[in-house]
Amino acid sequence: MTELVSTTPGLYPLPDWAKQELSDLKGHQKHDLISGNEGSDIVAAYDRAREEVVSEQVDAGLDRVVEGQLRWDDMLAHPLTVHENVDTGGIVRYYDNNNFYRDPQVRGELTFSGDVAAELDATADLLGDDDSLQAVLPGPYTLAELATDEYYGDEAEFLDAVGDFLADEVDAFPTHETLFLLEPSLVFSPPGEDVDAQVPEAISAISDATDADVVVHTYWGALEEKVYAHLMDADVDALGFDFVAGDRNQTLYNINEYGTKDDIALGLVDGQNTLVESPETVRERVDWTLDQVQSQTFDTAYVTSNTELFYLPENRATEKLSALAAVADAEVEVEA
Amino acid sequence: MSRDVENREQFRPENHDNEHFLLTTVVGSYPKPKWLNRATDLAEDPDSKFTEEHLHEAHDDACRVITHEHERAGLDTVVDGEMRRNEMVEFFAHRIPGYEFNGPVKVWGHNYFDKPSVIDKVEYDEPWLVDEFEFTSDVASKPVKVPITGPYTLASWSFNEHYDSEEELAYALADLVNEEIEQLVEAGARYIQIDEPALATTPDDHAIVGECLERIVSGVPDEVRVGLHVCYGDYSRIYPELNDYPIDEFDVELCNGGYEQIDVFTEPEFEPDLALGVVDVHTADVETVEEIKENIKQGLKVVPPEKLTISPDCGVKLLPREVAYQKMENMVTAAREVEAELDAGEIDLAAPVPQAD
Repeated sequence: MTELVSTTPGLYPLPDWAKQELSDLKGHQKHDLISGNEGSDIVAAYDRAREEVVSEQVDAGLDRVVEGQLRWDDMLAHPLTVHENVDTGGIVRYYDNNNFYRDPQVRGELTFSGDVAAELDATADLLGDDDSLQAVLPGPYTLAELATDEYYGDEAEFLDAVGDFLADEVDAFPTHETLFLLEPSLVFSPPGEDVDAQVPEAISAISDATDADVVVHTYWGALEEKVYAHLMDADVDALGFDFVAGDRNQTLYNINEYGTKDDIALGLVDGQNTLVESPETVRERVDWTLDQVQSQTFDTAYVTSNTELFYLPENRATEKLSALAAVADAEVEVEA
Repeated sequence: MSRDVENREQFRPENHDNEHFLLTTVVGSYPKPKWLNRATDLAEDPDSKFTEEHLHEAHDDACRVITHEHERAGLDTVVDGEMRRNEMVEFFAHRIPGYEFNGPVKVWGHNYFDKPSVIDKVEYDEPWLVDEFEFTSDVASKPVKVPITGPYTLASWSFNEHYDSEEELAYALADLVNEEIEQLVEAGARYIQIDEPALATTPDDHAIVGECLERIVSGVPDEVRVGLHVCYGDYSRIYPELNDYPIDEFDVELCNGGYEQIDVFTEPEFEPDLALGVVDVHTADVETVEEIKENIKQGLKVVPPEKLTISPDCGVKLLPREVAYQKMENMVTAAREVEAELDAGEIDLAAPVPQAD
């Protein structure tokens, strides 16, 4: 019997009041974005916003609760854009979206930062004895792809450095149940032959730094066969797939041809459309997808939105949480 | 196939000094006067006595001022600076039944937009722009251009909850744009610009934009000039396909990129008229007349003078107002000087033009 665990890949929309308040406190320009040493008013606003999105997840009944990554002005590039040895360059497009982030230009060694650990400490405090904390980070390949390397000088060396940096960050995290590593770049701009075999090593280095279950979540399409085959070498507990925007057949082909990990993450709720799926619809999708994987049954299936949630207006993002949470509930039956 | 481009002559001013005529225009948006932003805030404040009617009056005043500012700069065709528009998708979505708004979504940093959702069949109800066109035409002594956000961009920058695909939504919206243009033409509009910035993000959809344009121009008389504005894209991915678009004019930014991409359009022969961006809207440094003249000559690599329109790269709304004005004024001066040099045979159209930077 597969245990369904409802969760999200994080990066929530700011509550509407916080959009306004923080835009007043911080400003609208490039140099106004988060630096990692923001003043007390800004910290306080983010603290209140974090408390709100954590409560929302708890109230919705999600099995895993994320910090929300509300400070991540630069989305998945955040861990580098706040780093002391990284300069922020121009505003560049975030994948194929009408979203933009500051180009992180790495100009020195990627030393320990602790920025994300501090956010998780605050979240762990909010959760108290509840052990549902899920940490979220960009995967090493994605973070390296989003950045510009002006220091290491070699793609492979840079990927290793980013992996080691993330591993050190994870090492400082408070106790967490699950770690989601988001790797959309593995789909969007797949690694070439020079580094593809190295990607699983960089991921394993991060996985080694935590006792939590580690999920490498991919989205915006299916992984190329070869990339998938390499990814299977990563020492993680689950791979995650986009069954909304992706080429489902290619994804199922990869899984059935090469097998997958003992657990799986299913991106089944659309993180980029305001149409809210009913719990029944999500449940049907879960059953359909698990049926398609002939080769194995899973210990755990994480049920999640395919992408981050910040693309949505606040009200719809919240409604999607309820749909996800309800699915892991045994009470939701699929009508025959 | 491009449309009949003979319609450019109607915009030649009566007292035009030169034989050659480089049509000068703008893309649309202009910095809002600070008092208008203040008035907008007041109208939204429930504690203020400032009403929607007062805001309407403020919009009228702003349109009058900016239209005249365009005329003072010497432009051959003018717009109202889009003083009534808050954002290029929201403004239209508010006027189209089938749309709903759920709240702001992030674009970058703390810049948000009220990305609307299409929750039902989109329909044409009241005219979107006819009132503002009539107002601007009344206060203007020059022909008025009407920029309209294109259906592909309206579809791409919305959540689609209703249609089976974004393509289907784009075609439904294109039919509405066609209806709107019919109304505008009836009200006297002769220069329409379709803005499709989303094409730059997803150039592989160029055929969808082409089909949208076919629907948009269906039944539109040849004397109505129809332009397409796209900005900040990789044009090798939509050229030469755009030669098949049923448009009179293709308006593109290239100044910002130092005309690196100008050669993309030289082979095969460029079919529509070219409206070329000759001032950068992302830098507050005002280009000199001499610099702009060199930029105009870049356009002559692609089309002959009788097919060249002169424009800023994009809407100028993010610039300080005085900078926006000075750029336009210099742009017009440069165009007139190039015309005179063309008349005098001082510009060799066959000679290669060195590329900036």
